[in-house]
Amino acid sequence: MGDIKKADRDKTKVTSTSNFPSDSNGLDKPPCCGPKTSAGGGEMDETVPGFLEWNCIGGGKVPRVDPRLTLADHLGACKARWGIGRMGYLVPAGLYAIGVPTPKDPVVVTANYKMSYDIVRRVLAGRNVWVLVLETFGINVWCAAGKGTFGTDELVRRIDETGLAGVVSHRRLILPILGATGVATHEVIRRTGFSVNYGTIRAADLPEYLDNGMVTTPAMRELTFSLYERLVLVPVEIVHARTSLVLFGGTIYLAATLMGGSSAGFAALFAYLGAVLTGMAIAPILLPWIPGRSFALKGALAGVAWSVIFYLLAGGAGWSLPVTLAAFLALPAVSAFYTLNFTGCTNFTSRSGVKKEMRISIPVMGGALFVSIILLVAGRFL
Amino acid sequence: MRGFHYLKNVATLELDQGACTGCGRCVEVCPHQVFALEEKRARISEFDACMECGACAKNCPTAAIRVDAGVGCASGLINEWLRERRIRGVGGECCS
Repeated sequence: MGDIKKADRDKTKVTSTSNFPSDSNGLDKPPCCGPKTSAGGGEMDETVPGFLEWNCIGGGKVPRVDPRLTLADHLGACKARWGIGRMGYLVPAGLYAIGVPTPKDPVVVTANYKMSYDIVRRVLAGRNVWVLVLETFGINVWCAAGKGTFGTDELVRRIDETGLAGVVSHRRLILPILGATGVATHEVIRRTGFSVNYGTIRAADLPEYLDNGMVTTPAMRELTFSLYERLVLVPVEIVHARTSLVLFGGTIYLAATLMGGSSAGFAALFAYLGAVLTGMAIAPILLPWIPGRSFALKGALAGVAWSVIFYLLAGGAGWSLPVTLAAFLALPAVSAFYTLNFTGCTNFTSRSGVKKEMRISIPVMGGALFVSIILLVAGRFL
Repeated sequence: MRGFHYLKNVATLELDQGACTGCGRCVEVCPHQVFALEEKRARISEFDACMECGACAKNCPTAAIRVDAGVGCASGLINEWLRERRIRGVGGECCS
């Protein structure tokens, strides 16, 4: 996406109206991800993760925290990836000190999801930096910015509540680029006097950004979606789907057992779970290498591959034609649905694109499932 | 973004070049390098890379950018549709 094509110039839409209403950004739409409710990070005290000592400054006190993560921090991150204790995985909002910062040292802003807080303090090891943590109710910067909690109002409120203007002598804040969805820079400067610098996308680039005289290089601005970045998203997807897996898996097992005995029940359950895993884990992991732009199509292709594997494993040569057809219709449809669902985990799918995909693919998936059920029932009784 | 391309010609992004002052904020905040500055005006150079996050519109001081911002997430959209139906149901417009 880095190469700029001349043909794209034509796509620049110039509209006749001079101004758009400022409330047309659509950011008040309800969110789709993250815990539904959280009480917030609570009050700041000596139990904040990595607490070393209080620094008295500007009439208040700021906790100086250790940038070195402990085993407990790493274990906590692991558990959060699996959705364990996720609701309480947050730190109090407020101002923190890394090293021994002076009023001239930079202020880095982040979310109060503990994983965000931990990554930021870890990368700032060996530096003197202020970290302003916003109350995002335990949600990461990107999702919280989409919801508006990592937003202009919260930033303004937190600057005020922490007395930041009395702590630092400069008036600059460093925000993560992915926080820009929620924060309007021109409003922040008007309301607080602080200017916003969007530094980097990844916290890991912060040290280079700071050493670079706070200049963002093109690489710091470029999103990635590496194998590892995709891999860490899979566990929580599986955890989120567990209820429907038990429900549909149980129904499929029972129905197949009734129609063809317990071995058929187990085979059907195995086929279903394989198709789910293919759509939910295998296709996302192999995402850039599966042809097509549509997630549903990528999932369906991976599902066809799973159908072939299942056919070979389960002795498909002995199946009747309706059963074979049903397997090759239903399994790709299941995989396609779960890969389509992975759009919510990515950082490059647009709302309009997903809408378009859903309009086309959901009827196709539904049709495929319907036809396969008819085939199975007809094959059994005819 | 290298290696990943989503659907073409679907984004709702619109730029009013007449209202643009060339401050460059959109270039700064866009994580997909959708905008380029040319002769002190912003230009949409990578339309199909837009994921409609809304960061550009939010940070444009002259409101020269419009986009139907939201999350590109299938389960989010399903939830939204369900919610809309329930709202219609409450309003008495739904036949169910």
